[in-house]
Amino acid sequence: MKRINRRLLLKGAAAGGAIAATEAITGFPTVWAQNAKDITLVHAGGSYAAIKEIADQASKDLGFKIVMQAITDDVQLNRSLTQPNTIDINNIDSTKLPYLAGKGVLASIPVAKYKLWGETVPLFTKGSYPNGQMASTQGLAPIEAMFYEAADGKKLASKPTDFLTMIPTIYNADTLGIRPDLVGGRDKITSWKDLLDPKYKGKTALVDYAPVGVMDVAMALEARGDFKYKDKGNMTKEEIDKTVKIMIDLKKGGHFRSFWSTFDQSVNLMASGEVVVQSMWSPAVTAVRSRGIDCYYVPLKEGYRGWFVGLAPMAHLSGLKLDCAYEYMNWFNSGWQGGFIAKQGYYSAVPSTAKKFLTPEEWDYWYDGKPAAVDIKDPYGTLMEKKGTTRDGGAIWDRMGNIACWNTVMDEDRYLTRRWNEFISS
Amino acid sequence: MTSIEHAASLLEEAPPAENTGERASWLQVAPMVAVLALFFGLPMLVVLVVSFFDFSRTDIIPAFIFDNYVDLFTREVTLRLYASSIKFALIVWAITLLLGFNIAYFLVFHVRGLLFQIGLFLLCTVPFLTSNIIRMISWIPFLGRNGIFNQALQGAGVTSQPLEFLLFSDFAVVVAYVHLFTLFMVVPIFNSMARIDKSLLEAARDAGAGRFRTVFEIVLPLSRTGIALGSIFVITLVMGDSFVVRTMSGGQSASVVSALQNEVAALQYPPAAASAVIMVIIVTLMVAGILRLVDVRKELAR
Repeated sequence: MKRINRRLLLKGAAAGGAIAATEAITGFPTVWAQNAKDITLVHAGGSYAAIKEIADQASKDLGFKIVMQAITDDVQLNRSLTQPNTIDINNIDSTKLPYLAGKGVLASIPVAKYKLWGETVPLFTKGSYPNGQMASTQGLAPIEAMFYEAADGKKLASKPTDFLTMIPTIYNADTLGIRPDLVGGRDKITSWKDLLDPKYKGKTALVDYAPVGVMDVAMALEARGDFKYKDKGNMTKEEIDKTVKIMIDLKKGGHFRSFWSTFDQSVNLMASGEVVVQSMWSPAVTAVRSRGIDCYYVPLKEGYRGWFVGLAPMAHLSGLKLDCAYEYMNWFNSGWQGGFIAKQGYYSAVPSTAKKFLTPEEWDYWYDGKPAAVDIKDPYGTLMEKKGTTRDGGAIWDRMGNIACWNTVMDEDRYLTRRWNEFISS
Repeated sequence: MTSIEHAASLLEEAPPAENTGERASWLQVAPMVAVLALFFGLPMLVVLVVSFFDFSRTDIIPAFIFDNYVDLFTREVTLRLYASSIKFALIVWAITLLLGFNIAYFLVFHVRGLLFQIGLFLLCTVPFLTSNIIRMISWIPFLGRNGIFNQALQGAGVTSQPLEFLLFSDFAVVVAYVHLFTLFMVVPIFNSMARIDKSLLEAARDAGAGRFRTVFEIVLPLSRTGIALGSIFVITLVMGDSFVVRTMSGGQSASVVSALQNEVAALQYPPAAASAVIMVIIVTLMVAGILRLVDVRKELAR
């Protein structure tokens, strides 16, 4: 059984390879291939996005070299600002833009240079869902982060223009992770407010990162009816004070078991049963499940916390190197990468290309929310989900179409960091 | 003065020995001074300068303002962070001192035979063959709610419910610190004790002193150099830590340095620099206090 599956998978991969080859000929003119072969582009980003296999495949398909560097968020910001020449392609998440836009380190991208813009999901091109409804603009919404006002890249525009801040690549909808076996079932937690339920006292955790940690609590407080925020993604000082006060009281009462700062910590907290409900990233949920422990990324009625990342060429690129950068960014969303990361639970900004690199069963499971017709494996061939399981939250637009708030940087981020320090030390 | 002239002058007038001795010692410390100036003095100076700068979301703005310090001294959280760090430093210092003194005493005075002594001493250093991080993190599955220790307690019928305070608590932080830092106390105390003339102890016994009196009146005073050095190690390590406190408290406790790290991660360098300057001053004062109590230089030259 396993063997047949692997064979099918290999067949799928081979078919994918064939598509890539034809596209390399038709889609990407390689007239300057001879000059380009000495070019090396440094692609730097978070470990979830800057994956070596992607660089290897790109180098093979494109004929010039891509070097992947997985770095942490603060290192990325520091390098982007103080040593911008050490990065060529900056794989940034949207919350880096308020720091980097207008600093002269990122280059704007003329829409015309990006061939897949027309096939990109409308969330990025128009700020709306495929059904035409506008997406939430709480926090830093895609429409507020995708465009510069002009080619100089000085100011972000909050409406479509001809100058992109980055090529959108992957995105996802975050929610709470739970241990169904320890809370009494998957249906026991239905709202963000359950994060603050005294029932789970001493068994909850938050990420030790102010912008997300505070927002998760804000979602819970709003769901509980404590108060309504004007914009959870851009709180006023008073709103931050009110929120942090409640958080400090909760902490003193022993409500939180832990505040995690690394991916592994979040996995271990859940797997060991120290915590039964917490802020969590989707691959961490998968990592717990792969240990044979039931963990569920629970869809909540108030909606998800959304995030997205993209590729921005650095301002120092010019000439052939810049051409190669555009070539690489076009390759990036041409399917191989989208298929690869789909199997880690992330969505591609151009799903139609990713589809070519997924088997129909994989597409149905990851994108359409249908029960898995075969065992589902991760990009490296390890079993992730058994046949018959359905993805938590369902199809792409059941999840991405229900974003309550986007990851963000608040105007009062200085104040937020200070209050977070007070919270952690209280 | 060239070396030839120097040699000649030495021959001619046989200058006071003190003078050459002084010059030689200046030469001897020169490399160390250069290294310290370049890799400690200069960066410290930069930190000091930046601590007076202004800042925006992404930029540090050259200025000469006291806002960062005013901010630091007027916030309650500063006091709380220092109180927490100093509390940990004192608790860990007391425990490691007790353990370190006793382990060293055992190794020096109870273990017979130099080979056996050195063998046991090396055994103490075995944990250092793995990384600090691994040694610390291995406590987490051990102390956890469903960890080995809780399972053992429940299995033996000692407790009916898992003890929650064992992990992600101040207790866990202290356990990890003691585990990580006791050897820093053992080594210098062992070194001091090993230099104690055994005939002193015999004389004390001959004069009728009991074991405890000997320890308190002979061994303890003569080991104070080692105790002082060990204390400096342990206290500076605890005060400067953020990783242990963050991991073992599960982020429930903060230290001065972990708060500083949050500021650095948010690109707020000037307040982080101000915090670092104050930290250096306080730790320096603590070390100076220890050195005032024990003149390590004099004792080492003994």
